[in-house]
This record gives sequence, structure tokens and C-alpha cells, in this order.
Amino acid sequence: MKKLLAFLAFLPVLAFASSGGVPLEHAPVNLHDKQSLQRGAAIFVNHCLNCHSASAMRYARLEDLGLTEPQIRANLMLSAEKIGETMTTAMDPAVAKAAFGIVPPDLSLIGRSRSPDWLYSYLKSFYKDPKSKTGWNNTVFPNVAMPNVLWEYQGEQALHVTERQDPNTGDMIRSSHLVLESPGSLTRMEYDQYTADLVNYLTYMAEPAQTDRKFWGIIALFVLSAFAVIALMLKNEFWKDVK
Amino acid sequence: MAATTPKPPVTGAGPFNGVLTWVDQRFPLISLWKEHAADYWAPKNFNFWYYFGSLAMLVLVIQIASGIFLTMNYKPDAANAFASVEYIMRDVPGGWLIRYIHSTGASMFFICVYLHMARGLMYGSYRKPRELIWIFGVLIYLSLMGEAFFGYLLPWGQMSYWGAQVIINLFGTIPFIGEGLAIWIRGDYNVSDATLNRFFALHVIALPLVLLGLVAAHLMALHEVGSNNPDGVEIKKDIDPVSGHPRDGIPFHPYYTVKDTFGVAVFLIVFSIIVFFSPEVGGYFLEYNNFIPADPLKTPEHIAPVWYFTPFYAMLRAIPPMFGSQFPGVAVMGAATMILFALPWLDRGRVKSIRYRGTKYRVWFTLFVISFLLLGYLGVEPTTVWGQFSNGLPLVGGDYVALWAARVLTTVYFLFFVLMPWYTANDNERPEPARVTW
Repeated sequence: MKKLLAFLAFLPVLAFASSGGVPLEHAPVNLHDKQSLQRGAAIFVNHCLNCHSASAMRYARLEDLGLTEPQIRANLMLSAEKIGETMTTAMDPAVAKAAFGIVPPDLSLIGRSRSPDWLYSYLKSFYKDPKSKTGWNNTVFPNVAMPNVLWEYQGEQALHVTERQDPNTGDMIRSSHLVLESPGSLTRMEYDQYTADLVNYLTYMAEPAQTDRKFWGIIALFVLSAFAVIALMLKNEFWKDVK
Repeated sequence: MAATTPKPPVTGAGPFNGVLTWVDQRFPLISLWKEHAADYWAPKNFNFWYYFGSLAMLVLVIQIASGIFLTMNYKPDAANAFASVEYIMRDVPGGWLIRYIHSTGASMFFICVYLHMARGLMYGSYRKPRELIWIFGVLIYLSLMGEAFFGYLLPWGQMSYWGAQVIINLFGTIPFIGEGLAIWIRGDYNVSDATLNRFFALHVIALPLVLLGLVAAHLMALHEVGSNNPDGVEIKKDIDPVSGHPRDGIPFHPYYTVKDTFGVAVFLIVFSIIVFFSPEVGGYFLEYNNFIPADPLKTPEHIAPVWYFTPFYAMLRAIPPMFGSQFPGVAVMGAATMILFALPWLDRGRVKSIRYRGTKYRVWFTLFVISFLLLGYLGVEPTTVWGQFSNGLPLVGGDYVALWAARVLTTVYFLFFVLMPWYTANDNERPEPARVTW
């Protein structure tokens, strides 16, 4: 049983090891950390919801994060009127299309179609690129239409490309890394926590029932294990007389 | 003809004797129960492989039951389908559980059916007099593929949409009638709302009815001729003259009902581990790209069918287009499933079970299983997988190692069937024992 669980836990790694050629950073997702989820929700409604919507997510559902209805109304419902409404953006899709070339995708399920590690790395990998339309580019998602909306917090990064000759083979080796050129209002560690909170929230929002699901799973396994033991005893009792 | 004497009253059911007698005198209750359970004599030496028939039936029931509840909240409408699935996942009480049971059930159905078919192959359960059981079984397998394909469109995600687009286009490659046929299937020039509506109808009504009918026929044919067993020995050859029952047989009820109950318990534990702890199974049961709504204007980079179709998908990709048409690949894929029907008449071995088969059959069977599994793996991966191994290879070159591997494996898959009349006819088989080993 433990082996099986371990195997199942390992499967996602087998299937989704690579992404875009850039090594991804591990996102410290913890859905039991309600403080982090609440901070993430605030970041989401303040920054993401300006352009993106989350049309499957209702404000009322934020009670999952340990918030009360008045708290949600006061702090998180910036544009909506009813608590049962879903999170829709105020931006007109036509305006968005004109500004960015595409309509910003709905983020309800972004934590499932993209892995948390991808989101975490993506949010940290913006750099200034004068050749792009928005002035921004991203190493995890090259030529992305989205600018770095969190630049005030992260600061501005630049992509430094270095080339050197391999002394043994003579091949040119290209390596590039992101350098923080002008710091933002948060330190590097504070910004890591900031994006981690946001990714934590996006992961929660992609499947709000997942904490519930694991809780019921434990109960189901206890009940079924008892059933299996009784069924085995019953089977052995009946099969005693098969000679 | 009505019986001239009334049937004897039912005994042994305590307070229910009266009502059961009433029913039995108007309906063949007791005789059906005896024919299919209490007086159906099955070999006593069933092993692990014999769980998967009853488990496949259990999954069918699970799929129908969970499907009914999904249908109550799902909207078969291109504009609302994707959102209605998320509505089930978030707003319908217990909806996430029902949905994961159904999505896990789809894959588990194929796992059970593949293991059940492997059992049939190993122990020769398709051999005379069980050819018709096998044929009904292959029809169940084909219907299940249709059922899974139609159902997979319903969440209306990117993989739903583009998977359906690719598969329907396969029909479009059939010479002369293809184009018209593809439009007839879609009900449109593209996969669209019309396609979704008809796939919904086929998924929730047509194919479940076909499946139920075929399962009934499969079981009736089985109970007519009796079950095979791991030794491939006919237990009916050795009847106890006193009792009139096979010496190596035991009544299905209670012995196998109680044994299968244990199988069900273990199966449900595995099922629950998936449903509650890893419903996506790393993108194999629920593909990550399917959490993006269908976008007819944006083709995903890598379109992979769900794992249970991948052996055939690998065959399709392995066959190069000829005369500017993909039809040869489609024909090979179709032939790979159709050839299963011929199996009972290809096998000329004198023994049924792999336990007593000769070296040639064992080698071919092993190659067949390996090629099917490897084709399944190759169908999941892009054709460039293994590209890094090919640099030094002559002929193959470039990124084509996987392509050539798929071609060789497809050939092995077919040779297992095509050469069977020869390699089974003069194999160094061992004699079957007179009675089952136990």
C-alpha cells in the first residue's frame, strides 16, 4: 500500500519533467497555509484580475481560506457586487485584444493546465526586452504577450548572455542568466514569498476541493481496508471446504 | 408453454419465502438464479487473472451510476460545456467526487478489459467452443473504444477538441467516401456544437445500451459453454456420477461471489487512491491540456490521445502516407483491431493454456505483449523521443529511431496473428493434465 502510494506520487514527475527547455524552480505550495492563501488571493484580485478573469471562481468560495463574508466584501471584492458572483475582469476583451494582441486567458484552471512550478518560475523570469511590444520578455514563456505587472515589487531584470569557448571541444557555449538591474520595493526573498503566495492561491483556485478530497480519501481507505479484511476472512471461511 | 403443475414453493429464504414464491410462479426467478449463479459450475482453479471480468462489469455499473449524476448537471453545448464541468467540480455538492469517479472509471475500465483480454490470450479462452464469447468480447472492446472516444469530447477542453478532430479526420482519409463520411460524423465541416450534441447522445444513450446488450450476450454465451481455466482443461470431461457435477467444479455462488467480493474490495482501494489522491495520474487519466477550454483556432503542439488508445495511435504514426494519403496508416490501425475477430480460427495448437504450450508460442506471445506495451508508450511520446540515441545509427538517422521502432513493433503485432496457424501447428507442446492442477 505504501509502495503503491509512493509510486502514484512519483508518476507526475515521470510525465511532466520538462517544460520549455528552461529548468523550473520548485514552488513551495502548501494548501494548508491559510495565511499564504489569503495573501495570494489579495495579490490575485489586486494585480491579475485587472486583465484576467477567473470565471469559475466565486467570491463566496474564498470562505475556504478562513475568511468571513464581510472580510471578503471589504478586502477582496473590488469590482463585484454580489458575493456569489464569479471573478470577472473589468477589462473589455476587445480592448485587451487591441492592447496585447490576444485576450488574456481565464486563470480559473491555470494551476492545473500549468504546473505550480511553471507558474512560480514564470512569474520570476520576466526581463526587460526593448524588442518586444510591451518592453518585457520571459525566459520560461518566450515572447509572452504579458508585461511584468509585478515589476514594482520585483524590480527590473535583464538577460545577460555570455559566450565562451569550451577548452576541450572548441564549441561555443552560450549561457544566459537573469540579473536584477534595478531593485523593486521587495527584496529577492520577499518577492519569492510574494510569488509563492500567489502560486499557492492559483493552485488552490484551480481545484478548490482538493483539500477536501484528500480528507475524504483517508476515510474511504479506512472503510475499504476494513471491508477488504472482512471479505478476505469470509472468502477463506467459504473456501475451506474446496478440496 | 405454461407449466401444468405449479412450481414448488421457494424455501430457505425465511420471511421472504412467500413473496419469492409469488414472484417465481410468474417469472423464472429461481431458474435464472440457478443457471447463472448457484448452479453454474466453474473450475475451482481460477487465479489472479480471473478477477478482471467481474471487475470490468463493476466498472460498467460505476460508470453508468456516476454518469447519470454527471448528466444532471452537464450541458452538451459548445458555449457551456467546459464551464458546466467546472460547475460540477466546484458548485455541485459532491460533484468533484462524481466527476473523478467517472474519469478514473474510464481508464480503469480499459485496464480491466486489457487484463481480461490478456487472460483470454494466455489460457486460450477463445478456443472452441468459446469463439462466440471471444467475438462478443471483441465487440465490447470496440464499443468501449467508441464510448470512451465520444465521452472524451464532452469536457470540451483542448485535448477533447483536437483529439476528436484528429480521429474524425482519420475517417476522412478513406478513399472516395471519406470526406462525406467525416462531415456526416461531425454534422459540420469542423468539430463544433453539432458534433458535441451528437457525441453526447451517443455517449449517454446509444453505446451504453449496446454495451449492456453485449455484456449480457457475453455472459449468456459463457454460461452456455462453461468457463475455461488456467490449465485449459475442460472440467465437463470429468463428471462425478453421483452428484452429476464436474469433479473440478464449484458452484459460482457462493465460492466465486465471495472471492470476487474480496477482489472488488482490493480494486476499490486502488480506485480510491487514484480518485482521492491523484485523479490526474500524472496527466495520463486527465490530460493537463484538457484544463484549457477548446479553441478551434489554436492547435496544441502535441496532440496525444489518452493512454488506452496509444498502441493504435503509434501504429498510425508509424505508417508513412502513400499516394498522398494517410489512409494506409488508418487501414493498418483498423486491421489491428479487426484481426482480433479471426483469432479463434488462427490458433491450431492442441492445448489451450500457455502452461502447456511449446517454445514457439511462448516466444511469439512474449514478443506480442512487449510490442503492444512499447507501442502504447511510443503513442504517448512525440515521435522525436529517443532522438538523442540515433546519432550514430546508419539508415535510421535523425530523430527517427522511435518511428522505426514503431514500424518493427507494428510488424511484430501483426505477425503474432498472421503466422499463428504455422507456429502453433507444430510446436513442442506438453500434454494437458487430465484434471486441473490445484
